[in-house]
Amino acid sequence: MTRTVRRTRRPLQVAAGGAAALLALSACSSSGADSSAKPDSSGPGKLSGEVTVFAAASLKESFTTLGERFEKEHPGTKVTFSFGGSDSLAASITGGAPADVFASASPKTMKIVTDAGDASGTPAAFVRNKLEIATLPGNPHKVSSLKDLAAPDLKVVLCDKEVPCGAAAQKALDASRLKLTPVSYEQDVKAALTKVELKEADAAVVYTTDVRAAGDKVEGVEFPESADAVNDYPIALLKDAPNAEAARAFIALVRSAEGQKVLSGAGFLKP
Amino acid sequence: MTSPAGKPPAAAGVLRGGPRRRRVRTGVPLPLLLPALTGVAFLIVPLVALLVRTPWHSLPAQLTSPDVWQALKLSLICATLATGVSLVIGVPLAWLLARVDFPGRGLVRALVTLPLVLPPVVGGVALLMALGRNGIVGRWLDSWFGITLPFTTAGVVIAEAFVAMPFLVISVEGTLRAADPRYEEAAATLGASRFTAFRRVTLPLIAPGIAAGAVLAWARALGEFGATITFAGNFPGRTQTMPLAVYLALQSDPEAAIALSLVLLAVSIAVLAGLRDRWMRAG
Amino acid sequence: MTETHLATAPSVDGLDARLVVDRGGFRLDVTLSVAPGEVVALLGPNGAGKTTALRALAGLTPLSGGHLRLDGTELGRTPPEARPVGVVFQDYLLFPHLTALDNVAFGPRCQGASKAEARAQAAEWLDRLGLAAHTGAKPRRLSGGQAQRVALARALATRPRLLLLDEPLAALDARTRLEVRAGLRRHLAEFEAVAVLVTHDPLDAMVLADRLVVVEHGRVVQEGTPAAIARHPRTDYIARLVGLNLYRGEADGHTVRLADGPPLTTTEVLSGPVFVAFPPSAVTLHRDRPSGSSARNLWRCEVAGLETHGDQIRADLTGELPLAADLTTVAAAELGLHPGAEVWATVKAAQTHAYPV
Repeated sequence: MTRTVRRTRRPLQVAAGGAAALLALSACSSSGADSSAKPDSSGPGKLSGEVTVFAAASLKESFTTLGERFEKEHPGTKVTFSFGGSDSLAASITGGAPADVFASASPKTMKIVTDAGDASGTPAAFVRNKLEIATLPGNPHKVSSLKDLAAPDLKVVLCDKEVPCGAAAQKALDASRLKLTPVSYEQDVKAALTKVELKEADAAVVYTTDVRAAGDKVEGVEFPESADAVNDYPIALLKDAPNAEAARAFIALVRSAEGQKVLSGAGFLKP
Repeated sequence: MTSPAGKPPAAAGVLRGGPRRRRVRTGVPLPLLLPALTGVAFLIVPLVALLVRTPWHSLPAQLTSPDVWQALKLSLICATLATGVSLVIGVPLAWLLARVDFPGRGLVRALVTLPLVLPPVVGGVALLMALGRNGIVGRWLDSWFGITLPFTTAGVVIAEAFVAMPFLVISVEGTLRAADPRYEEAAATLGASRFTAFRRVTLPLIAPGIAAGAVLAWARALGEFGATITFAGNFPGRTQTMPLAVYLALQSDPEAAIALSLVLLAVSIAVLAGLRDRWMRAG
Repeated sequence: MTETHLATAPSVDGLDARLVVDRGGFRLDVTLSVAPGEVVALLGPNGAGKTTALRALAGLTPLSGGHLRLDGTELGRTPPEARPVGVVFQDYLLFPHLTALDNVAFGPRCQGASKAEARAQAAEWLDRLGLAAHTGAKPRRLSGGQAQRVALARALATRPRLLLLDEPLAALDARTRLEVRAGLRRHLAEFEAVAVLVTHDPLDAMVLADRLVVVEHGRVVQEGTPAAIARHPRTDYIARLVGLNLYRGEADGHTVRLADGPPLTTTEVLSGPVFVAFPPSAVTLHRDRPSGSSARNLWRCEVAGLETHGDQIRADLTGELPLAADLTTVAAAELGLHPGAEVWATVKAAQTHAYPV
């Protein structure tokens, strides 16, 4: 018995050593984040430093444009984006990712962040996004309404119900009492759109902005039921923002007339 | 119930390995021992964390959900079929690479093991390009036989086999190279054709290597996510395997994701433990 | 018995082969003719091409040229599985996953026998070789001698017209070897078709074979009965094998002039190119030049090396004439032999043996 005890003790000590090493590594990275926040305190009038924005994938094109404008208006600043599924981004934020701003594709995902107490103040809706049907170029199957998607033989992909575009599509289907069996519930809106771009699926229910971003690789079909499932996009400053002042300025730009112009150019609706 | 049982066997396995290697261990130099044990911790701690954070109170409800069993069943069936496909075409491929000297053999070996380094999502896209409805091969499958593979269970099997087969091929080829080719010659002098020699002599001789390769391939197929979701999509009961279910559950319900992961972990440990003896022997 | 074989007129039965194998810098060119019932040993140093010849006979190494006829049928292009050839490999290569019985049944199975039939035949072979008690054993449970017999049974079970044995005793320890050699001798004597064995051990070759074919550097350098070869070696390798000092020179009456060395006196009267051979035991060593010796063959030598050889000491000598000499331990001590020591060597003419090249 004693032998067993002695044997097991050594590995435990070493394991603790390994854990300490890992902790030291993570300590290094967080101190790096601290140093990047320092310029913030240099003066209230002049913005500088890095602003980290976590934004829904559908915002990629418009936010990239806004980021460039922001950097031009405030020399010395740098806007870094992380685009992705709102849910994964929310999970990263609650998991402690160092970000200043979160722009989500649904109030539900934003709620994950506010519930965790990671947002500073109340999130504000800054745009809305509407669903649209993406069909093959030329719309060979003559899809003109949500109802047409229920045709047998038609391969339709939807977003998974867990992600905002899927939830919105389900809301639209429920509102019009339609039952639709897709061939797949895709993990995000871009994956759904890709299946149509690759002609593996005949149609997908995606956002207007995605149809527009895909150019002529898909053809968009608007449908009236989409009015029942319009997504609000909320934006919030994060509580642990390393560069809160610049972050506030970026949010202001997004909500300004200038920002709204860029966003509506990408197909977003006003809030 | 299976999952709490899953932990002690693993821990017991570590202890059991201890006494036998005690003499060796005392001679292990610290510069090797420290990183090695850090490595163990690095691999084990996340799994332990999963167990620690498991919502045990809601676990029974999560596990009795038919969705979970549907995804698990589909995962097991598809991983097993993918392993079967890999065996049927991978073992002869390994034999070809190990025993037949043909021009461009090195290139072929490099190409068939490419899926090992290819991001699985890219593999999925490549499969769509090849076997999709509009793919260079899939187009003909569709127009001649009316077969479309994306969004089907067969598509899941193909995606998993694509990613998992290289593990089997590499493992079996290594075993074949280590095996003495003179047994095949002995069989030939006894009147066995090359195929008979392969079937009755080589195959039994390399069986442990094949088993090891099959276990690797099966484990890889079971955990396959990227190629599957890209090529076969995600539809419960048809193409939604456990990793897909875990990923999507993570979006909204991390507790459910942990519960699902736990099931996958328990099943993997059970199967690997069951095959451990054969696997070890091959090692 | 050997005489009868040698006298056998060329017939279509048996093996008639010229094996030519070119393999990057090495060329094997060996002619073999073996009658049914005869056992021929290919004897030669390592790397001489013996195993290549055997593999060519089995069809495992393709012929670059020549021919291979067995009982009148040309087999040179026939794949190994279609040749009526059985092989006992050096380390037997028993299939480790099969029992002794299934190893032996493997051949009959491949020849189309049913499983039961093949096993019955296999059991019979194992019984004949005294292995009835080991039919169910896996190869790793068999002793070296048992494994050797299983390998022999496996090769014989295909009823080959040509039985090939590659160093059949090399994998055995000295004690087992003695016993297995005797058994193998008996089984080979019973075998009615052609048997060719490859060995580098002269004792194995002489005990097992009716006739030796000595191969060096891919060529046959000498062939004949073991006795004839032991009496009249024609190369240094063979002379060393049979333990003789061998020289080649020009004979003129009782004197043989070597190309570079002193003349040798022999009892035979010959002329032209000859070999002269004498055993190391025929050499007498002296510390000083013997004055009253009647030996005509007297040379001054230097001891290059010493080794025990049974209960004797063999001295390796260089000098006027390189030679090996055997002497007793006592004699070696009295002479104070040590490497570098100078000695005088004498050989009586009566103990030399000269024969034409």
